[in-house]
Amino acid sequence: MSFMSRTGILASAGVAAMLAASPAAAQIEIQWWHAMTGANNEVVNKLAADFNAAQKDYKVVATYKGSYPDTMNAGIAAFRAGNAPHILQVFEVGTATMMGARGAIKPVAEMMKEAGEAFDPKAYLPAVSGYYSTAKGELLSFPFNSSSTVMWYNKDAFRKAGLDPENPPKTWPETFEAAKKLQANGHPNCGMATAWVTWVNIEQFSVWHNVPLATKANGIDGFDTELKINSPLHVKHLENLVEHQKTKVYDYAGRTNTGEGRFTSGECPIMITSSGFYGNVKANAKFDWANAPMPYYPDVPGAPQNSTLGGASLWVMGGKKADEYKGVAKFFAFLSDTDRQAKLHTDSGYLPITKAAYEKVKASGFYKENPYLETPIKELTNKEPTENSRGLRLGNLVQIRDIWAEEIESALAGKKSAKAALDAAVERGNQQLRQFERTVSR
Amino acid sequence: MDKRAIFSGKALPYMLLLPQLAITIIFFYWPASQAVWQSFLLEDAFGLSREFVGFENYRTLFQQREYYDAMVNTAVFSSLVAFFSLSIALLLATQADKNIRGAHGFKTLLIWPYAVAPAVAGVLWIFMFHPSLGTLAGPMRVMGFDWNPLLDGGDALALVVMSATWKQVSYNFLFFLAGLQAIPRSVLEAAAIDGAGPLRRFWTITFPLLSPTTFFLVVVTIVYVFFETFGIIDAVTGGGPSGSTTTMVYKVYSDGRLGGDLGGSAAQSVVLMVIVIALTAIQFRYVERRVQY
Repeated sequence: MSFMSRTGILASAGVAAMLAASPAAAQIEIQWWHAMTGANNEVVNKLAADFNAAQKDYKVVATYKGSYPDTMNAGIAAFRAGNAPHILQVFEVGTATMMGARGAIKPVAEMMKEAGEAFDPKAYLPAVSGYYSTAKGELLSFPFNSSSTVMWYNKDAFRKAGLDPENPPKTWPETFEAAKKLQANGHPNCGMATAWVTWVNIEQFSVWHNVPLATKANGIDGFDTELKINSPLHVKHLENLVEHQKTKVYDYAGRTNTGEGRFTSGECPIMITSSGFYGNVKANAKFDWANAPMPYYPDVPGAPQNSTLGGASLWVMGGKKADEYKGVAKFFAFLSDTDRQAKLHTDSGYLPITKAAYEKVKASGFYKENPYLETPIKELTNKEPTENSRGLRLGNLVQIRDIWAEEIESALAGKKSAKAALDAAVERGNQQLRQFERTVSR
Repeated sequence: MDKRAIFSGKALPYMLLLPQLAITIIFFYWPASQAVWQSFLLEDAFGLSREFVGFENYRTLFQQREYYDAMVNTAVFSSLVAFFSLSIALLLATQADKNIRGAHGFKTLLIWPYAVAPAVAGVLWIFMFHPSLGTLAGPMRVMGFDWNPLLDGGDALALVVMSATWKQVSYNFLFFLAGLQAIPRSVLEAAAIDGAGPLRRFWTITFPLLSPTTFFLVVVTIVYVFFETFGIIDAVTGGGPSGSTTTMVYKVYSDGRLGGDLGGSAAQSVVLMVIVIALTAIQFRYVERRVQY
């Protein structure tokens, strides 16, 4: 008995010694919190698994944290509690909030440099990297899933209404005309619609027409920015929407993307929304479909300009150890790899983030078969970005978007004139901007 | 009949009270005091900077027209839900209390909605009343009714009132049924012999004798509408269109959690706390006096 127990003790001591020795060789864990569901969740998990299989020093652990706002709030709460993840996926709306919290984040460019990873900011598509860079061009967060606004249309409905499906409307007046014809030919409740009402009709709209959304290059050059969305062009556009809402040539489809189902169900033959709608359309639309660039007003000089991003980027949280940052940097280098980017783009429909990946996919002839995936890239790179089209960076944008949507809803419901609604949207939005400015600049 | 326990020292009774006190302090007083303290601060979402601003959050709050709109919405919404959920529940309870075939089955079925989570209840109602996808919205449009809760504030309010009422009816039904079963049959039979009809019996005997239950349910329903309907509103309308279904508690959520304005949100919850305390005090002070136990 005593012999047995002695060996037992020896054995357990041996195990303990092994356990104590193992941390030196152990992998460093890198937490990645994200908001991707369905097929995109698979993409995220596969990226983490591929990275973990490709090297031994680091282990990326991807965790789903709910919707975009939920994930962002989880990250913020974790930061306050002192256990933030290394990588946090934040939607484009939260960009200014993250940037404002300089003490909470680690700028990506700085991290790559410190970790000694090869990093050339020029390798990235400027329309993509510009959105997540400072005014001086320092990349703060790593672009991950990006999309732009495009016009999806039902080719069968176009044929039925006597419209040319290979020649979709290019301007807003043409689009409204097409919607009228479509409405008269089997779509009484909805000639056309837009999802993400503020993103499409205010944010992308301003950028695409090269008119300022806000002063200071839409907030990129400083938090003391003021909204400009009550310009005559903005008012004219909202007036048009209001007028067509009355007859349902245009029908309001809500603040988020929940109205997108009205396109795939066949109810609305034109839907202006994210290019990320691709997977859903491909899976669910039982008709011939296509997409085209978003419309513009032909009397605006310089329109169309270029579009800006939707989607999300990966933020590196501050206060972590140097070897952990090394791992994150390695992971980002892994994500930027041309072949991987090209595959990610063609598999998922996300935009490629590097120029090389885009050229590679283009050269492969992929877009001849799938022109729908190239429309958003063509929009983003249509022209060299200007002060008004580089992107936007407004603090409290989550609340501001709701305020804008409220005012647009008032106008569409006939409670306010378009001008009064947009004036109120500017005034109330500016209050939010001032409050944000106070909390970040201290 | 003296039921008081006699303790020899003071230590034991305090020890016995301790668990309850600890729970109350940890889960109520401490968070509530945090909310009050937070409402005097101006802070960014990450907590990197904070400044004591006194009553500024309250001043900003009471300068917002939207906040008064939210108050009006809350008043309209809570009175509608309280009225409908109580009256429908009472009607159903009086019917289920009769000797009808299958009463047991009806009772069980009527209780089910209470087990449905608020967000799920909201989604169920969206499926029925979404302007383009809803199973009932189509027929409504065919009948010439321009139903559009996405843009029409009245339609949206009707939709959240229906969902919130539907969910609360079960709970109220249970208590009304129990209350009805506690009313002595002899009183009702005596009245019937004296020639009182069913309606007269209900209003002069049943309703007054039910008043403790009714009073309890009014308090519970008001608290329910103030605090727990938020999940339904979030799922059904998200507070829209143009704020017409934004109640006070929903505004606390959207400003604080979605917008990261913790100070303003905390100020709102303090206001809400004061209102609910006042409402409950009024109910106990004045309404309860008229309740017959």
